Amino acid sequence: MLTWIALLALFLFSGATYAFGRRKAQALVRGQKGALHSLPGYHGSYVALWAGLPAALVVLAAAMFGGRMEAALLRADIPPAVAALQGQMQDVFFDDARALAHGGQASETAYDGDLRVALEAKAQQAKRLEQLIRYGALAAGAVLGLAGLALAYPRISPSFRARNRVEGWIAVLFIACAVTAILTTVGIVASLVWESWRFFQSVSPIDFLLGTDWDPQIAMRSDQYATKGAFGAVPLFVGTFLIMLIAMIVAAPIGLFSAIYLSEYARPLTRGVVKPLLEILAGVPTVVYGFFAALTVGPIFREGFNSLGRLMIGGPLDGLGVYLSQVQNQMALVAGAVMGIMLIPFVSSLSDDIMNAVPQSLRDGSLAMGATRSETVKKVVLPAALPGIMAAMLLAVSRAIGETMIVTMAAGLQAKTTLNPLDTVTTVTVQIVTLLTGDQEFDSPKTLSAFGLGLTLFVVTFILNVIALRIVQKYREQYD
Amino acid sequence: MPSQRDDSQAQAAAPVHIAVDRAHANGTSTGIKIRARDVNVFYGDKQALFDVSLDVPEKSVTALIGPSGCGKSTFLRCINRMNDTIPGATVRGRIELDGEDVNDRSIDPVILRARVGMVFQKPNPFPKTIFENVAYGARIHGLTSSKAELEALVQTALKKAGLWGEVADRLHQPGTGLSGGQQQRLVIARAIAVSPEVILMDEPCSALDPIATARIEELIDELRNQYCIVIVTHSMAQAARVSQKTAFFHLGKLVEAGPTGEIFTNPRDSRTQDYITGRFG
Repeated sequence: MLTWIALLALFLFSGATYAFGRRKAQALVRGQKGALHSLPGYHGSYVALWAGLPAALVVLAAAMFGGRMEAALLRADIPPAVAALQGQMQDVFFDDARALAHGGQASETAYDGDLRVALEAKAQQAKRLEQLIRYGALAAGAVLGLAGLALAYPRISPSFRARNRVEGWIAVLFIACAVTAILTTVGIVASLVWESWRFFQSVSPIDFLLGTDWDPQIAMRSDQYATKGAFGAVPLFVGTFLIMLIAMIVAAPIGLFSAIYLSEYARPLTRGVVKPLLEILAGVPTVVYGFFAALTVGPIFREGFNSLGRLMIGGPLDGLGVYLSQVQNQMALVAGAVMGIMLIPFVSSLSDDIMNAVPQSLRDGSLAMGATRSETVKKVVLPAALPGIMAAMLLAVSRAIGETMIVTMAAGLQAKTTLNPLDTVTTVTVQIVTLLTGDQEFDSPKTLSAFGLGLTLFVVTFILNVIALRIVQKYREQYD
Repeated sequence: MPSQRDDSQAQAAAPVHIAVDRAHANGTSTGIKIRARDVNVFYGDKQALFDVSLDVPEKSVTALIGPSGCGKSTFLRCINRMNDTIPGATVRGRIELDGEDVNDRSIDPVILRARVGMVFQKPNPFPKTIFENVAYGARIHGLTSSKAELEALVQTALKKAGLWGEVADRLHQPGTGLSGGQQQRLVIARAIAVSPEVILMDEPCSALDPIATARIEELIDELRNQYCIVIVTHSMAQAARVSQKTAFFHLGKLVEAGPTGEIFTNPRDSRTQDYITGRFG
């Protein structure tokens, strides 16, 4: 709360310095803007930036890292009674001291004697430290704000290049945003690699990548009876691939053909209605697709296969008939088909935009040669739009690989190495979810295997993207 | 063929147009390839062409001139029914190609467009190889039965378009890699390859430099021995150089038409006079 008030005050202060700087620049040349190197507004912004930005950064840093600073300072000197405690108990002690100071949730540990005294003392210290950090930051902010003003305001002169300075700050802002995105990616990859490395210390990468047995249940305590645990990821990747394949068999033609209809055949009015309708599909939450698959499509498919199977029993395909008559609700086909429906708008909307970007002059040229519409689409529009359509398809593929909810609900959880679309399968993402939800111990191979799966998934999609970019590049070289 | 009867009827029914269209009255051309009568074109509610009647002679170049937005391109697009591809466009009136109404229900626009080729303002080669660009029409219309035949056809078309010497050794490179003038000649070769009777050109040189323009003009002059050519142009000098007949459009109306020499030296209408002397447009 105090931070917000301080930031608001800083903002107002900075705004006021903007007005000052601007007025000073105008006054210096008596309103003749031509005499200034930079417009008055740039002078104002220059002053406001110096007055506001460093102070705001200090206040924000204190708000974000103040708690950690306090904890670190608290542990600077450890009372002898506490030093006698075991490592983990020390952590609990300091957490409890801070909880006592700030009114948080304390552990249920009972402290007596020296420990009790030490706890109260540390709580007092925590309170003091907190106030010190908080008011210290505010004071530092105020000093920095005034110092910025004092530094920047006198620099305003007709020849001062305020515009270049402000432009420099703006460039820094954009660079900072770009760097944030890059650093986040680097951080995510680093954490994936680190945790996976820990995982691969207990399970060999070869067993993981080539093993065909996936059974991550292992004993959490030594006296517990459980399987040893098997971490062969092949069934998961086969399942992922199977479901992706089924989804793309549904989504690619339907999406592409509806894009062709929208961009080449539909009148503008029809297109204006149909395209948004199709895009609504993209706005349906995947969990809705999930229960649509599990509760509606699944039973319909099962019923269909079961009755087909019953018809076939006793015939020449008796075995197949028996199998079909016993098919269950949960199968790869249902999850894949529903996921395909979900992907239609991704494919169609992007492909439609791309085909619209094909110059009309090419269509006119083809039509004027006596080509029909479909010949024009097939021979001119589609080849010209191919790189973009490829990109749309690959985007859909990576959505399909990353999709979790539909598969969790409609394809089952059993890890099987099968390409039979009527069987239950499970995918990489579903396993990650089941591994990491609920109460888990975070350094058992079971939970760490999630990172191994994540890393493998990341590598696969990364390679996919690289291939896609290469294809697009090659095609561009050929035709542009 | 009903063309004889239509011919005489049209003359009797529309004396006004014959007064305007002097070429026909003077009998300077041998045969009439395209005969337009009372053509009106609407884009939605907006009328773009008003009662245009024009005869286009066989095996010669007819230039359509006029200021921007005067309807000359619209008229051109009526001849191969390219206006059909524009949503909301309606064409009324009669346009005859060899006496047959092109807007008749029995006429398939796809076949019509194979007979009436078109070259556009901006060169629009397909994103394919030079060979495939020229072979495009032959492939979709099934004109050749063997690879050798197709190759011969492509070669002939490129030669006629005066491009063979420049591209013979790189037929399988993309057509989009050629220069603007070469692209335009490639597009002309593509149109010629399906042996059309008429070639429509919509400002074919407006995106080209003077040297490329001169080459296209030479080419047009050569092609006129075999094809009926209708060219829309903004350049009066070009119209004077390449055409035998000129039609002047203004505000969606055909103001006057006649042998190019006469239009440029002795226009009857004051608007034509003003336009060709550069007083407007």
